Amino acid sequence: MSIDQAQPTGATASGHQSLVPGVPLLRVHDLSVGVRSGGRTVQIVEGVSFDVDPGQRMGIVGESGSGKSLTLRAIAGLLPKPVEVLSGGIEYNGADLLGMPAKKRRALMGPEIAMIFQEPMTALNPVMRVGDQIAEGPRRHLGLSAKAAGELAVQMMARTGIPDPARRARAYPHELSGGLRQRIMIAMAVSCGPRLLLCDEPTTALDVTVQLQVLRLLERLCEDTGTSLVFVTHDLAVVNQTCSELAVMYAGHIVESGRVKDTFRQPRHPYTRGLLESAPDFDRPDRALVPIPGFPPNVSDRPHGCPFAPRCGYVRDHCTEAVPPLTEVAPGRLAACFESDRLDEVLA
Amino acid sequence: MLDRFRFVPARLLQSVPVVFGVTILVFFMVHLLPGNPALTILGQSATPERVAALNTQLGLDEPLWDQYFLFLKRLVTGDLGESLTYQAPVSGLVLDAIPITLSLLAFALVLSLVISVPLAALAASAPGRLPDMVVRVFTLLGQGMPQFWVGIMLILLLGVKARAFPVGGYGMTAAEHPYYLFLPALTMAIAMCPTTIRSLRASTINVLGSDYVGTARSKGAAGIALFRGHVLRNAAIPTVSIIGVNLGYLVGGSLVIEKVFAIPGLGSLMINAIFTRDFPTIQAVALFVALFVIVVGILTDVVYTAIDPRVDLSSKERA
Repeated sequence: MSIDQAQPTGATASGHQSLVPGVPLLRVHDLSVGVRSGGRTVQIVEGVSFDVDPGQRMGIVGESGSGKSLTLRAIAGLLPKPVEVLSGGIEYNGADLLGMPAKKRRALMGPEIAMIFQEPMTALNPVMRVGDQIAEGPRRHLGLSAKAAGELAVQMMARTGIPDPARRARAYPHELSGGLRQRIMIAMAVSCGPRLLLCDEPTTALDVTVQLQVLRLLERLCEDTGTSLVFVTHDLAVVNQTCSELAVMYAGHIVESGRVKDTFRQPRHPYTRGLLESAPDFDRPDRALVPIPGFPPNVSDRPHGCPFAPRCGYVRDHCTEAVPPLTEVAPGRLAACFESDRLDEVLA
Repeated sequence: MLDRFRFVPARLLQSVPVVFGVTILVFFMVHLLPGNPALTILGQSATPERVAALNTQLGLDEPLWDQYFLFLKRLVTGDLGESLTYQAPVSGLVLDAIPITLSLLAFALVLSLVISVPLAALAASAPGRLPDMVVRVFTLLGQGMPQFWVGIMLILLLGVKARAFPVGGYGMTAAEHPYYLFLPALTMAIAMCPTTIRSLRASTINVLGSDYVGTARSKGAAGIALFRGHVLRNAAIPTVSIIGVNLGYLVGGSLVIEKVFAIPGLGSLMINAIFTRDFPTIQAVALFVALFVIVVGILTDVVYTAIDPRVDLSSKERA
């Protein structure tokens, strides 16, 4: 991912930082997220690290409770109380997000980093016209007048494929369908031309037919503007559709990462393999679906050693003795599994 | 947009039978009062003959039903009758008193909001922390103290001791009125605050945890801008109806408070009328209070509709 790809985005590029050469756009380093209460600490996300380069599209996949959404919220600074970052670092364009003053960090939210939420039904303010909600960011960050920001909002709505945007801008969220509302969310997120778009299952709450439209839209917007994407979902097909890079999370850890194509073709962690085998594949309808036995461990009661060991078909004695580190198992491929070499089968 | 306010004329129409019912209640309950206006007027010099003569003169010896229909007939033409004590038209007395009581109520409402909104926001911003505890103790105390006692204490502290405010009266000029009305309005505001703060605190905590506030934060909103832009209006929705109900109660409360602060509003008029068994005046004030409660009810729904675009009281399915 070359730096040249990242063009200034959105309506105006004046308020943007220049990219620092040689560093990834986003670097998450050994991030742990959890709850401290009294003397006890419960870790929900443990030692997660990944980089996102300018223009790169990264999918984070995992079951509910794997910590994928909290990882994303930690990047956006939107962890729900009492969850907090316990240790580790998050750097945006070379600057430490966790160490910087709150005001400076908030100034990044919109023009540099934007977020799209899972539930378009509840993520929009019910008593505010959607056009005003889109215009809010540009007014604050780009210094636009109410009128100019309102016009920009209508433009953004047109860009996200909302028919009759001038009229719809005056609508309240409850007057719009789920698909339209998610387009409003997207228009809101891209209104200040962010370099990094954080998506928290943006299509989960939508009808399948609308899902595809919204994914295409996100893809197009990112391609047009060179925006980087971190896309959290439990849906492997969606990742395949949208992302180039993949990180699979299980019980608060990244257990495997690499390019989407390589990982789907030949998963190197038993959990990834299990996920792929338990999802239907329309190209091979006769393939039997194989569910992963058991359940993910409880956050406060994770097993010793590899968290996936109790459910793993490849488990050996040493798996329960130590947590396998995320190591390079092939060029550009990382997996946290002692038995990774035994997974050499290529899934067609 | 205006479509959503179509319910107002219908609601006004619906309130006609309510007002009619109120006239029946008011009229007959007043006549259940022990004592007799003629007796009160004549005082020490009352003899059975003079009482009977005065009763005839006042029309009080007619059958009650006839008196009621006469009252109703006059009411339709806008005539509220003559006050038995003041020997003057009741409508004049009531019209003089209404602006005083209404401005007192409005002042109390504004004060209660000025006190409640910041305190509720403060408490909700850190639930369970010290400011929240203090606010909760304050609301508990406010709920526990009787209104007239609060009034007397305020007179003692701010009027008599600190000499910051007059201890009673309404003032002579328009500029003096707010100054004279401050203590009674504060008394009534203190009575209103606890429920307003509790409701607003709870709904603010709720709204602060909502997804759309997360969205607003992701746009870089924080602090007062976040509160004003996204929290307050949403949190106000459930509180509006509570304020409406409170205002209804407050008219009743204002009767006592006006007496405590010697304000020549409806309350003073009403209490004097009750003591002298001045039936027409009692009826007129009671009728006005009933009308006020009805209007506040409708206004509450209007405000409710105005701040929440999802509310549609005009649609047939909900009516």
